[in-house]
Amino acid sequence: MATQSAKKKAKDKYDVSDYEKEFLVGALEEMMLIRRFEEKAAQMYGLRKIGGFFHAYNGQEAISSAAVRALDMKRDYILTAYRDHGHAISCGIDPKFVMAELYGKITGVARGKGGSMHMFDAEKHMLGGNGIVGAQIPVATGVAFAEMYRKKVLGEKNSGCAFCFFGDGAVHQGAFHESLNMASVWNLPAVYVVENNQYGMGTAVSRVSAVTDFDVKAVGYAMSGTQLNGMDFLDVYEGFRAAAKEAIENERPTLIDCKTYRYKGHSISDPAKYRTKDELESFKARDPITLLQGRMHEAGMITDDEYRDIDQRVKDEVQEAVDFAERSDEPALDTMYEDIYVD
Amino acid sequence: MAEIAVRDALNQAIDEEMERDETVCIIGEEVAEYEGAYKVTRGLLKKYGAPRVQDTPITENGFTGLGIGAAMVGLRPIVEWMTFNFSIQALDQVINNAAKMRHMSGGQLKVPIVFRGPNGPAEYLSSQHSQALQSVYAHIPGLKVVSISNAYDAKGLLKSAIRDDNPVVFMEAELMYGWKGEVPDEEYLVPIGEAAVQREGDDVTLISFGKTMRPVHEAAEELANQGVNAEVIDLRTLRPLDEETVYASVRKTNRAVIVDEGWPIAGYGSYVGWLIGKNCFDELDAEVELVHSEDVPMPYNHTLELAVQPSTEKVVAAAKRVLYME
Repeated sequence: MATQSAKKKAKDKYDVSDYEKEFLVGALEEMMLIRRFEEKAAQMYGLRKIGGFFHAYNGQEAISSAAVRALDMKRDYILTAYRDHGHAISCGIDPKFVMAELYGKITGVARGKGGSMHMFDAEKHMLGGNGIVGAQIPVATGVAFAEMYRKKVLGEKNSGCAFCFFGDGAVHQGAFHESLNMASVWNLPAVYVVENNQYGMGTAVSRVSAVTDFDVKAVGYAMSGTQLNGMDFLDVYEGFRAAAKEAIENERPTLIDCKTYRYKGHSISDPAKYRTKDELESFKARDPITLLQGRMHEAGMITDDEYRDIDQRVKDEVQEAVDFAERSDEPALDTMYEDIYVD
Repeated sequence: MAEIAVRDALNQAIDEEMERDETVCIIGEEVAEYEGAYKVTRGLLKKYGAPRVQDTPITENGFTGLGIGAAMVGLRPIVEWMTFNFSIQALDQVINNAAKMRHMSGGQLKVPIVFRGPNGPAEYLSSQHSQALQSVYAHIPGLKVVSISNAYDAKGLLKSAIRDDNPVVFMEAELMYGWKGEVPDEEYLVPIGEAAVQREGDDVTLISFGKTMRPVHEAAEELANQGVNAEVIDLRTLRPLDEETVYASVRKTNRAVIVDEGWPIAGYGSYVGWLIGKNCFDELDAEVELVHSEDVPMPYNHTLELAVQPSTEKVVAAAKRVLYME
């Protein structure tokens, strides 16, 4: 199976000792922060502090953490779907503002208007957070169009690229195909990343898709397609770096099938009865956090004490986020009329 | 003052704004090399080149969403829909993204974009190609919705729409592109959100927008021949609606006829009727009349299609009903 061989190859592809310790510790800490954040937020959901749809990122943390390190977020953009807490935190949004948004408080990133599915930070170039499957793909393509325009028409030197994330379910939407075609025809600096967590809601990829490796779809749009092991931070990081370079230097889009797995159901309320415990455990055995920490440990780049310190730090940070959300105010009723039009 | 056609007034608006602001661009099917299905973009590719004037594949959802994304990061795109019938393909992008992006981001983002093209029936095109979709767009908070009826407003309102920081749905009509009207030589803007009293009268208020302004003015002439002075209001902007201009007129004439080429159920004209009933109840001397298209898909047969739509005769008859002349 292509997936298996790709993973095997990836495991030996990059050596942690080739990277700065600080860089790897930063990535590890961010992944742990996202994991703790999601676990804590799910608890708060259980206590009915948070409502609505809540799509947890547990298991997929390597992807958003690798993305922001492969990109120059002063220049490049990230757009994603509704499983967006990880991307928000990776983009540098303080977890307390993300948690406050989950609580629907006025201090949240979207002033309590967006909730779980709509995390934004325009200044940090995190452009959502989209609740319609695949709807962010044309939008991200437009961001890439604007970057091309900046370079070609406005003569700007430091134009960037757009990284567009979506699930395996979105690949079957017309928006995906329409976007890839335009990006290829117009040489747009766009990178399309399928976070292929094997399930579109409760439906296994193989039940609804003619192919299970989505990089093959790139052929029909004359762009390069690659497969990455989404459980392996370094494989994702290097793959994303190459794609960003292709986008900016060679002005060509890329499609990436990033194999990953979500530990939770589609949303918090989904018990995920459509898959086996063995399958879940097999992916947890390749957990992206454990994998990176294990390799760093083997290479003598992190001690058990250091790991415990990080773990304590992220726990504290997440607790602070909860405390902040708890003590923040509800939005005043008249704020419902705000943030709709520019005056 | 030059007398020019609506298509040339639109062309001038786009040209002037592209000249004025390098972030203004136009994308859509056949807008570049073919110079527009209705020749609204004539000469623009030659003057500005691609990608400022960008032909697209036939992917309304895709290029509409692309325009929205480009607007979110600093461009001011004009998206041309060859007709509003095809905009249904792009409805998800308009409703879920353009109209909601500012809201979902808690006011962080803006989407300065214009979606424009011909709305409503032309001739001999049957049901998929002859739909007046103003009610669909006017229903959505987060959008502005403009409907033009003449060359002067076409130019002045399109320039305002391009400069607006919000998504503006800008409705034209196939049959209107050749209509000629006077347009000043010097630059001017027509503000979004202001209705126009196009004819003054004391006896009855005729309210419409878009292509049906023509039969409405013909009806006003006919009524004048019969001794009735009709006041004629062109709403020009459906969202935000200039309610005060409507109420001031109805309070003067005590009678209102609304003309909307859309369907009646949950239609824009029905909404205006409700507003008048609610806000001018004490001043009304008759029930509010609504002249609308028949509640049927558009037939191809010409006699039938004309019978479906509002006409001068129907407007005159409605006015006479509220005047108790029949």
